[in-house]
Amino acid sequence: MSTKAIHAIYDDDEVLVSAAKKIHAAGIKVKEVFTPFAVHGLPEALHEPRTRIAICAFLYGCTGLSLGLLMMWYFMIHDWPQDIGGKPNATLYHNIPAFIPPLFEGTVFTAAHLMFWTLLFRSWILPGVKPKNPDPRTTDDKFLVLIETEDTEGVSKLLRETGASEIKIVEV
Amino acid sequence: MFKEASIREPLILGDKISYHQISEEISRPIEGKANKLWWACFSVAVVAMLWGFGCLAYTVGTGIGAWGANKTVGWAWDITNFVWWIGIGHAGTLISAVLLLFRQRWRMAINRSAEAMTIFAVICAAIFPVFHMGRVWVAYWTMPIPNQFGSLWVNFNSPLLWDVFAISTYFTVSVVFWYLGLIPDFAMIRDRAKVAGNKMREMIYRILSFGWSGRLRDWVRFEEVSLVLAGLSTPLVFSVHSIVSMDFATSIVPGWHTTIFPPYFVAGAIFSGFAMVLTLVLIMRKVLNLEHYVTVKHIEYMNIIIMLTGSLVGIAYLTELFMSWYSGVEYESYAFINRFSGPYWWAYWSMMTCNVVSPQLFWFKKIRTNLVATFILSIVVNIGMWFERFVIIVTSIHRDYLPSSWTMYSPTWIEVGIYVGTIGFFFTCFLAFSRVFPVIAQSELKTIMKISSKVFKNKNENHHH
Repeated sequence: MSTKAIHAIYDDDEVLVSAAKKIHAAGIKVKEVFTPFAVHGLPEALHEPRTRIAICAFLYGCTGLSLGLLMMWYFMIHDWPQDIGGKPNATLYHNIPAFIPPLFEGTVFTAAHLMFWTLLFRSWILPGVKPKNPDPRTTDDKFLVLIETEDTEGVSKLLRETGASEIKIVEV
Repeated sequence: MFKEASIREPLILGDKISYHQISEEISRPIEGKANKLWWACFSVAVVAMLWGFGCLAYTVGTGIGAWGANKTVGWAWDITNFVWWIGIGHAGTLISAVLLLFRQRWRMAINRSAEAMTIFAVICAAIFPVFHMGRVWVAYWTMPIPNQFGSLWVNFNSPLLWDVFAISTYFTVSVVFWYLGLIPDFAMIRDRAKVAGNKMREMIYRILSFGWSGRLRDWVRFEEVSLVLAGLSTPLVFSVHSIVSMDFATSIVPGWHTTIFPPYFVAGAIFSGFAMVLTLVLIMRKVLNLEHYVTVKHIEYMNIIIMLTGSLVGIAYLTELFMSWYSGVEYESYAFINRFSGPYWWAYWSMMTCNVVSPQLFWFKKIRTNLVATFILSIVVNIGMWFERFVIIVTSIHRDYLPSSWTMYSPTWIEVGIYVGTIGFFFTCFLAFSRVFPVIAQSELKTIMKISSKVFKNKNENHHH
């Protein structure tokens, strides 16, 4: 049994969103959509789940904050307490106000960088990765819907009705 | 689809705008060849940069004595330049992060170049404190490294160390934010090179674009990460200049020891940063033919921000003067009397004229929509902001508690050379950026084409009637 893939090109983002709604309503599974920019309304039209990357960022931030506090406590209070300028480092709670600025920076640093790396690894966009968009025009002004199906004829007909300007059938 | 009120002026002009047209116009400087004017500017900038490197090498070889700074005025030209450059950097993050949170669509035409400006300005800024350390080769001692390396643990009670953390966080997070936005735009250049059959360019931009293919899931994550990064960068940008101001405010020097410093420094930073963005963008839109994207409306919005922050800075100056009198502290009072009538009176009044008086001209719509006037005023503001830092730093410490230590400060040609060198470095980077990187975030701009462009707004208008 050989599955075939349909590459349907749309010229306009509004047509694409309404087409996506119809395709989804017809119960056809869209494998991938390649767009030149973030088309608003498209994830909702295809019932794409929300990303949890912001939750990761929050957790990274918490980690950064705790590690930063541990670091400052160890350096300043535990390992080598000093009295610089009449500001003794005897207890953490007396010194914590002075640690707030670097703690904040540490939190932002870990949250921002780890979130960025999470995006890169989750989406597998890294230096040297081969681009996966089948048509080079999809980073310019075309929108490509990729559907894998056996019923190429029926699906193609539906795609044409929804406003696709080009349809290409390829072997998977 | 969302429609913007027709009363709002369009942000993208031009009579035939389309997604393809945006790609064409934004990739043109990258795909084309540089003209003579670009090469001329680039050569001048490189020469200035090399001179600066020479002066830095001389400083390292000879020692900090090569500078005009002395025992009384220990911070002078170098820290003035450090604060000046850091301040300039702030507009980039403000445009890309704060205006994103406020959903200001006009940011999209200028955020890329403003963020580039931020990154280059922060590098220029970092040069000064690092070389002021004297032994630059042990600059890594400011990092939290174990005692076995030769120094004690760093002191987390010191605002100077907070600055190390603030600036390194600011720099790296800005780079990440900037690069994230660049990824889809590099992919666009890569695919255009593929269609054109330019193998070399395709390979370079394939590496730069990290293999971005614009899948639905990638865009969902991309937008979320952009939003969260903007949310993180917004307090970050305010914290950075607040911490820079604490380098002064936590000391007991009259004229430095004031609680108004953090908000006052942040307002000043935004003020000077927008001025520098205007200087750069006014040239860029002309040279790269981007007048349809960076419109007079964009310039006007930025001028309004300059007017607002300039007035805030003016209020801060007057508040400082008032507080020095009202406090009844004689040292504090003298610091301010000395500022406006002492030997450095000319610096104080240059600052007042450039920063408080000149931006008030932007109350006139004729002036704030005039490109020549804007260009001149943007440079005047940056001269004024340089003097502000000079006034705060040098006039406060050249005469403080101990009159027997009072002295004057003047820079040596080495210090001036380093400063000119950083300006050269900044423009070298910016000119190179304008030829290699897409100077406008095209993938973002495409999302507002149907909402805010002249063609589509007219189309909607006609449709309704």
